[in-house]
Amino acid sequence: MPETQHPEDDGVQIDLISADRINGLRTMEKVRLILDSVHDGNIVILEQGLDPSEESKLIEVTMSEISPDGFTGIEIETYPTDTAAPDPGLLGKLMGNTPKGKLTVIGPANRIETLHKDENLISTLVHEG
Amino acid sequence: MGLLTEIRSSISGLFAGSEPKRIGIYGPPNAGKTTLANRIARDWTGDAVGPESHVPHETRRARRKENVEIKRNGNSVSIDIVDTPGVATKVDYEEFLEHDIEKEDAVRRSREATEGVAEAMHWLREDVEGVIYVLDASTDPFTQVNTMLIGIIESQDLPALILANKTDLEDASVQRVSNAFPQHETIPLSALEGDNMDEVYDKIAEYFG
Ligand SMILES: Nc1nc2c(ncn2[C@@H]2O[C@H](COP(=O)(O)OP(=O)(O)OP(=O)(O)O)[C@@H](O)[C@H]2O)c(=O)[nH]1
Ligand SMILES: [Mg+2]
Repeated sequence: MPETQHPEDDGVQIDLISADRINGLRTMEKVRLILDSVHDGNIVILEQGLDPSEESKLIEVTMSEISPDGFTGIEIETYPTDTAAPDPGLLGKLMGNTPKGKLTVIGPANRIETLHKDENLISTLVHEG
Repeated sequence: MGLLTEIRSSISGLFAGSEPKRIGIYGPPNAGKTTLANRIARDWTGDAVGPESHVPHETRRARRKENVEIKRNGNSVSIDIVDTPGVATKVDYEEFLEHDIEKEDAVRRSREATEGVAEAMHWLREDVEGVIYVLDASTDPFTQVNTMLIGIIESQDLPALILANKTDLEDASVQRVSNAFPQHETIPLSALEGDNMDEVYDKIAEYFG
């Protein structure tokens, strides 16, 4: 069983990170913020996702932190899937997103499982730690 | 097309010794990248690039085949092919155990695979001048890895050709691939059977020539 930060309870911590919180950070700071939380077994939801070069860095750093019988990597899903989509959609407007904004869910690969995904819904199952 | 293309190709003919473009073959594990790289290399140079396997993460280091000269309609384009490890956001050594690989070997393979993916990402940011993106057309193209990689490729303004591979399989759907990436041209092929390679070479010459 994977280790979690809170062995005394088996709840799931979800960190919702606002666009404001992310915007001021450099690429590596964003990657660290996300991966530190995911290493603790948490689910991270970014109000506004990462740009392509940050996603590339996130994959690269994730790979360097995978270890046998430990961290197996991340599961990541974004909405909308098409970054070029001109219409932010209702959810995007409600959340005050710019058209470029994209909701992103990231979690430890061994705890999070995507059940369903389409242009406007991500359904995720989180296994208890 | 027409005059400009002709002038350009006669100029590139004059500088036949000019640097070949480095074209990265990217895509998820098991898509058929090495099978394609081997076919291209065998067709134009006679030798292969690396081993192919049904076990994911068979390629764990980027491998280069230099100076592959592809002749098209009297012109020729010279490229360096870089066959890269399949990109994933997770690697679990236990997956290798299902392929009858011993634990020790599985752990080593997964470590090499993670290094390989990191290396592939690095190449994509720094060292390739064009991308051939290979997908297994019998699987769902709407994956996060595909979306992210295509996004990264687009953000770098790299010329990119999307290949819907494994068209010989019954479940293959080229339409599903082109629907997933409507902003790009999708070329169907079977790298294993060698189907539609003429069109693949035409497009390589057009995109990377
Ligand atoms: N049916 C069919 N199988 C194919 C085709 N191309 C490749 N394969 C098979 O798919 C499997 C994976 O092929 P590879 O070329 O090793 O795939 P890869 O993308 O290099 O995989 P990694 O190196 O692990 O990322 C092998 O069993 C190939 O024989 C194809 O066109 N049709
Ligand atoms: Mg390979």
